[in-house]
Amino acid sequence: MSSQQSAVRSYVDFYATGIRTQILTQFQYRVAMYMYTLGMVTEPVIYLVVWRTIARQHGGAINGVGAGQIAAYYIVWTLVRTFNVVFTPFGWEERIREGQFSSQLLRPLHPVHYDMAWFAGHKIPWLVMYAPIAVALSLVFHPTLDPRAIEVVVFIVAIWGAYVIRSLNHFVLGMLTLLTTRATSIFQIWFLSELLLSGRLVPLTFMPEWSQSIAAWLPFKWTFYFPIEALVGSMSTHTLLTGLLWQCLWTLIGSALVWGSFRIAVKHYSAVGN
Amino acid sequence: MAGVVHVDNLEKVFRVPEREAGLRASVTSLFHRRWREVRAVDGVSFDVEAGEVVGFLGPNGAGKTTTLKMLSGLLHPTGGTAHVLGHVPWKRERDYLRRMTLVMGNRNQLQWDLPALDSFELNRAIYRLPRDQFVQTRDELIELLDVGDLVRKPVRQLSLGERMKVEVVGSLLHLPQVLFLDEPTIGLDVTMQKRIRSFVAAYNERFGATVLLTSHYMADVEALCKRVIVIHHGRLLFDGRLDSLADKFGAYKTIEAVLADGETVSMQVPRAETSAATARLLAEHDVSDLTVEDPPIEDVIEQVFAS
Repeated sequence: MSSQQSAVRSYVDFYATGIRTQILTQFQYRVAMYMYTLGMVTEPVIYLVVWRTIARQHGGAINGVGAGQIAAYYIVWTLVRTFNVVFTPFGWEERIREGQFSSQLLRPLHPVHYDMAWFAGHKIPWLVMYAPIAVALSLVFHPTLDPRAIEVVVFIVAIWGAYVIRSLNHFVLGMLTLLTTRATSIFQIWFLSELLLSGRLVPLTFMPEWSQSIAAWLPFKWTFYFPIEALVGSMSTHTLLTGLLWQCLWTLIGSALVWGSFRIAVKHYSAVGN
Repeated sequence: MAGVVHVDNLEKVFRVPEREAGLRASVTSLFHRRWREVRAVDGVSFDVEAGEVVGFLGPNGAGKTTTLKMLSGLLHPTGGTAHVLGHVPWKRERDYLRRMTLVMGNRNQLQWDLPALDSFELNRAIYRLPRDQFVQTRDELIELLDVGDLVRKPVRQLSLGERMKVEVVGSLLHLPQVLFLDEPTIGLDVTMQKRIRSFVAAYNERFGATVLLTSHYMADVEALCKRVIVIHHGRLLFDGRLDSLADKFGAYKTIEAVLADGETVSMQVPRAETSAATARLLAEHDVSDLTVEDPPIEDVIEQVFAS
């Protein structure tokens, strides 16, 4: 076996073990898992109720998007949101203070892999929880959802792509914590931008054209809007595949930024206390 | 370059903000921040040979932990060089990280909610250990530390001492050749301290590992280390055999004599006057037994830090 094959095999082994370990951890806290899932559903249901009400007041559609499509958007939103939950940069201060980051630095594996494996493992129990919730939401809100096979395939790839892009971006943000003690103000700006330009708060088609133009050049829409629209919308096969290429590009950019920011940040790491 | 650990003029300077207490000083610091440089490690040099167990001593804030953090690759130094197993630690090369470990008494690397066995399995994947080797090492370490029952309980349900023992097992699964142990017995009861000590000695003997140990418990140092390095204010004060530490820094010796009538006399005399005092005692009294001892190592260390 070549050293490259061996390395790939080792990463697969690590991810499989890390995901398994995280599933075990999730099962230790069943009640917390139920509550978290409930919390995850609350946000999209609020958006859904608001936009359906507005759509009805405008004759059943907003910008040509009907109430059934809005329902479909936010029900799929819930699944996408579940998938792109990653380690929040706000957790970095605690991670450093408690010495967890030092523990990770002492091991022969880039710390970004811990987060990626960890939160990939989070998703498996949540997926099980999501299925009955999606059925219940569908019975209440009657979504219009009739995807083609290619849309389903692209959606499955895209939600993992969204997860990877978001993980990398948040890791880079987390590195700021090593350079400045309180980086939370920067995180706030980032999250506000994401909320508005990703399709998280509202579908991007509801936004003014100028903001859609800005969103096209930022990573946010590829972590929310694109995967949701891949399943819910009516994108051409070309647009779907181009979207995946954009995700690849943002993954490459994110990887390069993780590599660079990590190298700079660890030089400034003071490991004070722990 | 000599030895497994080679440290040459190592320096670490931290730049820390400082201000007076109170609202006024707080507001002022918004516009004009004052910084102070703290020389945590100030030109330390030493070598450690393969298989040596070296005690790294110093009071709180002496720079011991900072030195260990640099040698384990957690911190980048401000100046100087170091090589451990031929690697520059802060380059954090995988081959180096696979061959060393840093155990800190106050650090938890195990999954809090799961039995330690699950964390060990994760370590197997991280360190890319062949399964057969992993199982054999894990079982051997579990037996050496007698933690067979503990590794099946969720870590959060273990006491501090129990957790420390399974932490040690988790840190050694990859059979590191160099161990940096930072206060490994801190907060443990006497029995548990003994257990950890004898385990470190057994690991050193069994695997020929090199150990650099910091501890405020002199019993740890006396039990494990023939050689000690003493630093204070980031500077090296002493590097040599533990028993020669008293020769250099012990200000007095204790003479204890049992007289013919059964009475015991004990006195502390300045080191330089030991011979004269002993001769006078023997000349003036009918002595049936006499011992001359160095002061307890704790007193010597106190003397070192005070000097």
